[in-house]
Amino acid sequence: MGETLAGNVIYRNVYEFVQDLLGEEWSWVAYAAAGMAIILLVTNAVMLIGTLYTWFERRLLGRFQGRLGPNRAGPFGVLQPIADAIKLISKEDIIALGADRIVFTLAPVVMLAPTLLVLAVIPFGAGSWVADLNVAVLYIAAVSGISTIAVMMAGYASPNSFSLFGSMRAVAMLVSYEVPLVMALLGVTVLAQSMSLVSIVEAQALPFLLVTPLGALIFLAAVSAELNRAPFDVTEAESELVAGYMTEYSGMKYGVFMLAEFTNTVVAGAIFAVLFLQGWKWPILPSHVWFLLKVAGFVFVAIWVRATLPRYRLDQILAVAWKYLFPLSLINVLLLAAEVIVWPEPGAAELGIMSAINWAVTIPAAVLWSKVVSLRTAPPVAAAFSTEGR
Amino acid sequence: MTMRTEPVVVNVGPHHPSTHGVFRMKLTFDGENILDAEPVIGYLHRGTEKLAEERQYTQVITLTDRLDYVASMTNNQAYVLSCERLVGIEPPERGKYLRVIAAELQRIASHLIGVGFFLQELGVFGGTALMYAFRERERILDMFEMLCGARITLSYMRIGGVLQDAPEEFWPALRSFLNDMPGYADELQALVFDSEIVRSRAIGVAPVSAEDAIAASFTGPILRASGVEWDWRKAAPYDVYDRVEFDVPTCEGGDNYDRFWVRMLEVRQSLRIIEQCCEQIEPGPVRTTMAMLFRPPPGESYVPIEAPKGELGFYLVSDGTIAPYRCHVRSPSFMSLTLFREMLVGWKLADAIVTLGSLDFNMGEVDR
Repeated sequence: MGETLAGNVIYRNVYEFVQDLLGEEWSWVAYAAAGMAIILLVTNAVMLIGTLYTWFERRLLGRFQGRLGPNRAGPFGVLQPIADAIKLISKEDIIALGADRIVFTLAPVVMLAPTLLVLAVIPFGAGSWVADLNVAVLYIAAVSGISTIAVMMAGYASPNSFSLFGSMRAVAMLVSYEVPLVMALLGVTVLAQSMSLVSIVEAQALPFLLVTPLGALIFLAAVSAELNRAPFDVTEAESELVAGYMTEYSGMKYGVFMLAEFTNTVVAGAIFAVLFLQGWKWPILPSHVWFLLKVAGFVFVAIWVRATLPRYRLDQILAVAWKYLFPLSLINVLLLAAEVIVWPEPGAAELGIMSAINWAVTIPAAVLWSKVVSLRTAPPVAAAFSTEGR
Repeated sequence: MTMRTEPVVVNVGPHHPSTHGVFRMKLTFDGENILDAEPVIGYLHRGTEKLAEERQYTQVITLTDRLDYVASMTNNQAYVLSCERLVGIEPPERGKYLRVIAAELQRIASHLIGVGFFLQELGVFGGTALMYAFRERERILDMFEMLCGARITLSYMRIGGVLQDAPEEFWPALRSFLNDMPGYADELQALVFDSEIVRSRAIGVAPVSAEDAIAASFTGPILRASGVEWDWRKAAPYDVYDRVEFDVPTCEGGDNYDRFWVRMLEVRQSLRIIEQCCEQIEPGPVRTTMAMLFRPPPGESYVPIEAPKGELGFYLVSDGTIAPYRCHVRSPSFMSLTLFREMLVGWKLADAIVTLGSLDFNMGEVDR
């Protein structure tokens, strides 16, 4: 961990400053302090981007919907998130009667934690990452699952049926979508022959978006479900469940949930950029700028989808996961595995051939499979009409 | 192994984003499935019928604005038509045409809201289609403002005609609206009705057969969605509907999708009607001169009209005084709720919300 950071100016300066202050034998304190400084920098920068993203989303949604969006606070309304945060902080923090106080209070914290933990392994630019973990992909899959527990906690602790509905939906959905998500990650891992995100970026002589289009598609769908975004946003379905598991939350607890949700989208964009868009690579502009632009591109698509698509019903969402995404992700992984056996060390040329094969096989397969799987509504079973207890 | 589950009763409303005002549903759930549904109404009761009995005939017009507040124009029309039959007067030709133009504009505005909320209820964040629908509705409201100065609570129609003639700037505005609206309708259709998610969510959900719809006194779009061709504009033409050509669109399935789709088709028919009215209308007085305070002869009258949501009629009884002895409102929204339980039971919560939206009822009219 230390070696990757050695080039970092802030890290070195903090390390040396503390060591000079305390002496050689306290070098472990210096090491910890420097690490903390970096973590502070990364988390705050990403959360700042997360808050700015709320402004971006609202502005863009406004454009999509033929209205203006926030434009009062600051130039183009950029300060709107800050105004919102002040408002949320100054609101009364209500814990509803009958709520499980400890679980209720902990839920937002648990919600935010996985988002920040994932940041540890993301390479934000050439040579700038907190840790180059050799099992980073596995780590992401494992850590992002924690948010399910947070949603469950929030729903369980709130004395409200809508919250419970929201959290039950969330658990059913997130558990289902872990499978295609992990399979999509597996495809990339097979291709790059490494679980380290840095190695994955370096292995991308061609963007994996081109090499494995179906994998990228499955990842996008699964990650939208994990993020509760359209068309899979049944957990917060405002027209049905008011605000889902967040119904009873107010003040900054609600704010933390929203922050986690928005930051999650940015982090998902970062993961997508790393896995499928060559991470920080691409010429001319500095690597960090490219990375930010790629994240912004992902975020733009996410907002676009949100402004256009209505949501599926829960049973349809589960059907999409198990009947559609899961078989297709199996095909994807199998194909990639076979290709990697044929070309063990793929360079740009080999990746190009793989890309041609994948486009020719997986995309028609996806289209054909979509004709087979029907999501049309079947009439309800007769038993459901029971009038017992009326 | 079967798991033992317990039904949960959830109060959806009266404060809920999708209940169209202050409507309360007591839904019994087994998981996501609805076992039982009970509508609870009365949260918006203002005693309009009783208030009408305390006021002069002309003053009641303002009360009718507040019934179905997204379609005030047709409420006015139903009331003044009933009054005119009671008194036995006939408005001048130009007044009749202006009434039909205004009423059809109101129908488009009301259907736009209904269709716009479709996508909102299906869950697009912020309801993109709703915003698009509002953009078009805004132009209609601007035209209403030209006609009478008000945008929502219009009171444009008077006993014996309309308040005033349309100003000069009204006609170009109407013309440009008539030119633009078909394009907007296409746009809305592409966004909402051709979307695969919408189709998989709405087709086949909560169907109502033609027999059930008739038995439940359904009228208006929700009846025509079940395949019954019934329209008061054709059955008993009022004002100038006998002089214009239009079709009565119907659908087959009677499901959620059809209930919205039939509204979309009706919007295009309304445009046709307005188009013809613009050609036929001739200069002249818009209102018969009569006393503000009048005493109709004792008797009763009921003129049903085709409001955007269905059959709307005011049953008026006169005892020869300045105020109606009895004023009963036959509101389509109230009748829409008759099949509430039968439509919702067995479906899921998400379906229930859309079904409710497809009925397109308005609490102002349900509670009166």
